[in-house]
Amino acid sequence: MLPSRMTLSELKIGEKGVIADVVGSDGIAARLLEMGLLPGETIEVIGRAPMGDPTEYSVVGYRISLRKVESARVQVDKAS
Amino acid sequence: MKHTPATVALIGNPNTGKSSLFNALCGSKARVGNYPGVTVEHKTGRMIPLAQSELTYPDRNACTEPGDHLPKLEATRSTTQPSNGENHVSNANESREIDIVDLPGTYSLAARSADEAVSVDVLSGNMPGVRRPDAVVVIVDATNIERNLYLFSQVIELGLPTILVLNMWDRVEPSGITVDIPNLSRGLGVPIVSTCASKRSGIDQLRREIYRAVGTTASLLPEPSSSVEVKPAGPIPSEVACDGFPEAFRTEAESLANWLRSVGVTVDPFQVQRLLIDDAAGLSHRVIPQAVTKSFTERLTAAKNRLTDAGVSGPLFETRARYGWIKKKTSGLINRSVTPVKSNSDWIDRWLTHRWFGLLFFVAVMFLVFQSITLVASWPMAWIDEAQNWLGATVEGFLAPGPLRSLLVDGVIAGVGSVIIFLPQIAILFLFIAILEDCGYMSRAAFVMDKFMFSIGMSGKSFLPLMSSFACAIPGIMATRTIDNRKDRMVTLLVAPLMSCSARLPVYVLMVSAFVPDLRYAGSWLSLQGCVLFAMQSLGALVAIPVAWLLKRFCFRGETSTFIMELSSYKWPSWRVIVARVWERILSFISRAGTLIFITSVLVWAAAYFPMSHATVDKSLTELEALRLAPESNSETIAQLEDSINRERSRLIEGSYLGIAGHTLEPIVKPLGWDGRIGIAVLASFPAREVIIATLGTIYALGGEASEEHDGLKSQMRAATWPDGTPVFTLATAISIMVFFALCAQCVSTLMTIRRETNSWRWPIFSFVYMTTLAYLGAMLTYHLVKLWL
Repeated sequence: MLPSRMTLSELKIGEKGVIADVVGSDGIAARLLEMGLLPGETIEVIGRAPMGDPTEYSVVGYRISLRKVESARVQVDKAS
Repeated sequence: MKHTPATVALIGNPNTGKSSLFNALCGSKARVGNYPGVTVEHKTGRMIPLAQSELTYPDRNACTEPGDHLPKLEATRSTTQPSNGENHVSNANESREIDIVDLPGTYSLAARSADEAVSVDVLSGNMPGVRRPDAVVVIVDATNIERNLYLFSQVIELGLPTILVLNMWDRVEPSGITVDIPNLSRGLGVPIVSTCASKRSGIDQLRREIYRAVGTTASLLPEPSSSVEVKPAGPIPSEVACDGFPEAFRTEAESLANWLRSVGVTVDPFQVQRLLIDDAAGLSHRVIPQAVTKSFTERLTAAKNRLTDAGVSGPLFETRARYGWIKKKTSGLINRSVTPVKSNSDWIDRWLTHRWFGLLFFVAVMFLVFQSITLVASWPMAWIDEAQNWLGATVEGFLAPGPLRSLLVDGVIAGVGSVIIFLPQIAILFLFIAILEDCGYMSRAAFVMDKFMFSIGMSGKSFLPLMSSFACAIPGIMATRTIDNRKDRMVTLLVAPLMSCSARLPVYVLMVSAFVPDLRYAGSWLSLQGCVLFAMQSLGALVAIPVAWLLKRFCFRGETSTFIMELSSYKWPSWRVIVARVWERILSFISRAGTLIFITSVLVWAAAYFPMSHATVDKSLTELEALRLAPESNSETIAQLEDSINRERSRLIEGSYLGIAGHTLEPIVKPLGWDGRIGIAVLASFPAREVIIATLGTIYALGGEASEEHDGLKSQMRAATWPDGTPVFTLATAISIMVFFALCAQCVSTLMTIRRETNSWRWPIFSFVYMTTLAYLGAMLTYHLVKLWL
């Protein structure tokens, strides 16, 4: 079965995905890439803030917080 | 032999312990200022030299961590430091003084923000007034080396001798990580030092490496015995990350650099590449001279178009090349245990960001902070107040009444007092901020509140500064430093003075208790006075929401607010870091904002004192003081004399420059339902809002010691009339005054703190104008509404 392509913001808590692409070429995309959200890296959803946004992720060995607008820029292949 | 001090830049990602390392290297004596034209702080310190004993003996205290005795660490020391060079280095350089320049915490040198632009400019020698550093120390979080090396990969391309510091080394082993430092050092071509800056370990080792790095550029040393250990200055070393950039990009960068050279412009190769990748934060304006701007822009655009056609565009190729380089350099050298050690941090996070418990904990922490800056701070503030009164009384005992005494007591001592009075709140707030930041909760607090704050135009990090502003805007504005996004920081800083600070409360209490009828509703549980007081306290915060929206929409357009934030692991805070930070904030407030606050206080004193002759009042005062000393004196005579002094003082203030200005302003303040005397009181309260009560007391001939609970003042105010006999103070006037004070910028200290924090006069002037306009319109509107309604 092919992995399903979705945005990072659609992953649920505890789920993992492999980053496929970071959309756009503006400052946000560049910062996401600089922070290590590179295609090929595995990212895991750790938890959400009490009001549902932002979300804490684990990537390249550290924890990062992203708002929904930012995580929607990241395309992932959900890992089973 | 003495030399000019060498400069060494310190750079690293946020949360890597950079400021503890700076303090460990330099002690607490740092010179803090601002880079020209930007809000970015400039911090320089003189490195404490190695102790004489440390120069000749190996570093005994390098790492006092549990893992210290392990061979792995021993290997670190011996390989990064060839034993044969050591004594020589020390002897050659022990007299050379070294300045450490602390650069802003940043993730990249892409120069998209002011912080990054400053770092690039300093490192490449383009910062006016700052010499190009002789060496760079890159500090990284040892538990997260790979991501931290991204910045390192950029720094190393600038061609300066570089030292890599693996900080928080004590956490490496418990996290199940092993690092092969000798081979990593060889592979990266730079010396590596492992430190625990907060515990001051590994620092002497780093000092030695710094001496060595600086020595090589100053040509004090013969060639180092092992060329792998110390990277020579000058051309970019053979194997750096940008070698992995696509061929097409490198060709374009080279031809652009050649063209620049042909027109006589020298630009660092790193910056040429940056111009080609993303000409952000006005980099080209800073490095390209005006004369060739036009032809340069044409060339740059053409080159970028060719690159897009070749499929090399966007930020991906750079990050991919850099992380590829990092992977290659670290492969096999940094290992994480296959089953990750279950981190305590994640467990704590599950609770502290939990849907209900997380919110509850957040509220509890904020409540504690707020209580401390209001209640706990009120004790030292009362002592300061007492000390000020005692000092004033002492001076009065020595000096006869006259201009000098008035200048000293009402100008200088009161002026100094108005600076020092803020210190308890600043110290307590920054104590909490330092603890919360150092233990890692600060970023979680922002995480918890972000959605709510974002919906009203700010970020989660705006919450604490705004909440603190309910106690006092000064520490609140200073706390906006914790907001790294410039747009969010500026919006927060500009609305912070709207929060109802504790200085407004006395004004509200006076007006409410004198003019709002004491009506009770709901079985006397709900009092009208209480409701009005609450409405006034909330007014500023409510007005701040549309103001924030407007500021974001019109003043800071085009800057995106992001919340791409690292959530570093929880740890025990280090008292050294905390003490240093609180101390730094206190000093910076006194030395920078303090002087301006003091000067304004003295100027306003002068405006209220001159040009009237104080001879009569001085004479009466001398008499009064003599009478008070005499035990048999008649209390009635004293009361009469006091009365005449108060009347005379009231006449003097009305005739002073301030009084004249107040009367001139009468037509302007009349639409607010105010007379000239209220105008004078409002003008006199420009240094601080609560001064209005003392001024009203003086104007109504009750003496300057009137308080908000003073019944005499209340009845005098109720008795005040317009020339036609109608009372000046009605409910409408009282509410108009309160609304004005809720929204106005009547606080010199706040304005001066804004000036200091933004490093420009533009923003304090902007704040004053927008808040005064808002206050004026708000007061006029409520005055007429209340009048209509009643």
